[in-house]
Amino acid sequence: MNSLIGHPRLRGLDTMMLIRAYEERLAILQQQGAPGTCTSVGQEACAVGVIGALESRDRIITNHRSAAHLIARGAEPPRLMAEVLGRVDGYCGGRSGTLHISASELGVVLTSTIVGAGLSLAPGVALAQIMGQGEKGGIVAVFFGDGAACEGILHESLNLARQWELPILFVCENNQWQAYVHRLETMADESIFNWARGHGLEAERVDGNDADAVGEVARQTVAAIRADGRPRFLELLTYRQRGHFEPDDQAYVDKAELNRWLNHDPIALMRDRLMAEGHLDASTLASLESEVGERIDAADAFAQASAWPDPKQLLDFVYA
Amino acid sequence: MAFLTIEQAINQALYEEMQRDPRVMMMGEGVAKSRAWLLREFGATRVRNTPLAEAVVAGTAVGAAASGLRPVIDLLFAPFLTYAMDALVNSAGKLRYLSGGQHEFPLVTLCMTGSGWCVGAQHNHNLEAMFVHAPGLKVVMPSTPADFKGLLKSAVRDNNPVLFFTDLALLFEQGEVPESADHLVPLGLADLRREGEDVTLVSYGKTVRVCLEAAEQLSECGISAEVIDLRSLKPLDEATVLKSVRKTGRLVIVHEASGLCGMAAELAALAASKAFDALRAPVVRLTGPDAPAASSWVLEQAAVPNAGDVVSSVETLLANRSQSAS
Ligand SMILES: Cc1ncc(C[n+]2csc(CCOP(=O)(O)OP(=O)(O)O)c2C)c(N)n1
Ligand SMILES: [Mg+2]
Repeated sequence: MNSLIGHPRLRGLDTMMLIRAYEERLAILQQQGAPGTCTSVGQEACAVGVIGALESRDRIITNHRSAAHLIARGAEPPRLMAEVLGRVDGYCGGRSGTLHISASELGVVLTSTIVGAGLSLAPGVALAQIMGQGEKGGIVAVFFGDGAACEGILHESLNLARQWELPILFVCENNQWQAYVHRLETMADESIFNWARGHGLEAERVDGNDADAVGEVARQTVAAIRADGRPRFLELLTYRQRGHFEPDDQAYVDKAELNRWLNHDPIALMRDRLMAEGHLDASTLASLESEVGERIDAADAFAQASAWPDPKQLLDFVYA
Repeated sequence: MAFLTIEQAINQALYEEMQRDPRVMMMGEGVAKSRAWLLREFGATRVRNTPLAEAVVAGTAVGAAASGLRPVIDLLFAPFLTYAMDALVNSAGKLRYLSGGQHEFPLVTLCMTGSGWCVGAQHNHNLEAMFVHAPGLKVVMPSTPADFKGLLKSAVRDNNPVLFFTDLALLFEQGEVPESADHLVPLGLADLRREGEDVTLVSYGKTVRVCLEAAEQLSECGISAEVIDLRSLKPLDEATVLKSVRKTGRLVIVHEASGLCGMAAELAALAASKAFDALRAPVVRLTGPDAPAASSWVLEQAAVPNAGDVVSSVETLLANRSQSAS
């Protein structure tokens, strides 16, 4: 990490910049034929805000759009990039590719690309925590999209979590899109957090592009879950800036809507605010940017140099 | 004849059937986007984007099918079918029987799968045999553009639930397709793709091409292979397979899906029970491994039977034969 980072919010900005640079580099590799990814560009503040409020004893469940969550939790871009390229040095030895990257060493478990799968798995992870497995007092943060909220499993999961008093933080990143369908085409309700209230959970909705706001509400909510062990729900309003799966020309996206959100970019917002408050100046910013660039160059070089898996290992981890 | 990709052939079949029969309608996550011209032509009542909710999309289709509509649902990737399985397996597959014949389910479920896109086992899982195993469902997995069109049209016209699998590596393959709106390929009829004398290669989906390539290579060393494209997995065209096995006496079954309880096992049992006397060698199954599909290109490709694998198993079969004869 850059030695100029003194302020925790500056660290958050730096992490968001790293996530952005990582995904933008992948987009370039993808134009040259690397496997596609679902990027979290535009949603970095959700990851940084929520994960910044968690502790190492907590567990995180992510999904197909995982890069921001993983990097915010400390995943190393070289190993992430190697995984996306299907190489041996990736977090899953190339077996996952981009869509199901778990990193148990970081507490990021059970990543599934089946939309809604995380919602079905979170209660079990939380149950193990309250039944004495793992470090005492941990909670589970499960990230899912507005599309996943349409799967029936959401309601099963909320009801069970409430009834069994499972310490789960449900984090719905409402990025307005469900692959190529706008969410207003699939849900009559303006908001998702009300569904959770209907199941008896405390639920809030905040601007998911404002890392300060997300961080604030996440800290309060996590503290409340730790205090009484009950699940809670956050809906983070955000926007998927680059489309569903790279490369995506977004021909189907309303340009006015996209532009409104591009003008409310989480990184620009945080950068300008920190500058206005005197926590960041132009030369520090330039130094952060160049260090991020160097880290991504190194990740790229590492991933490309990493070996392909040996076909002889095809049946590793097959037990029956 | 038109020269179409498989994707175009599917689209043409859907268009023609929706044109022909106003009860045919489509539902699925993004269908109104991915098949926008169907939306333009037939309107939002008949071409519906759905929420991401496979269980209720399939259930809605089953309910609608029993009530006079003829739904086609697109569930995108085959592994997502597991969310839809209750409606498909327990309702569509069983309620005609359990109601003593009161209900019918004219319903087609579309999905894609197969290796080639490095997307890993939650997108790439050839689980067609699971549905063959479930009573009351028909299962189709064609390999040529003409068959995609003809079988999809037959599936839409069928009064029973049909699972229609597309190997996504084939989507952009091209071939001749009859332009007639009456081009139908019946469910349950295999296609003899190449005639031969020494060995029968049976396959479906993308590995049909693997078998055709292998047959070509084998012919160069004087071995004559017959190639059968099953096209429909259920109903299964037993007669075409048995006739060929009786002629050649050797059977090699090739598919990308894993072997255990798969189509190859079923065909091996068929040959053993109904053409035992004609078999001159053990039946060979060349299948994907009994393992989830990896994303990494190298591992993904290592899991798919290729023409070289087919050639060497056939050579082994024939070598054993000449040894035992000498
Ligand atoms: C059960 C299932 N259905 C469909 C898909 C294909 N798919 C992958 S991501 C996605 C969109 C998910 O939308 P959302 O939950 O809002 O997450 P986002 O992609 O916006 O982050 C779709 C349809 C899938 N992976 N799993
Ligand atoms: Mg979304």
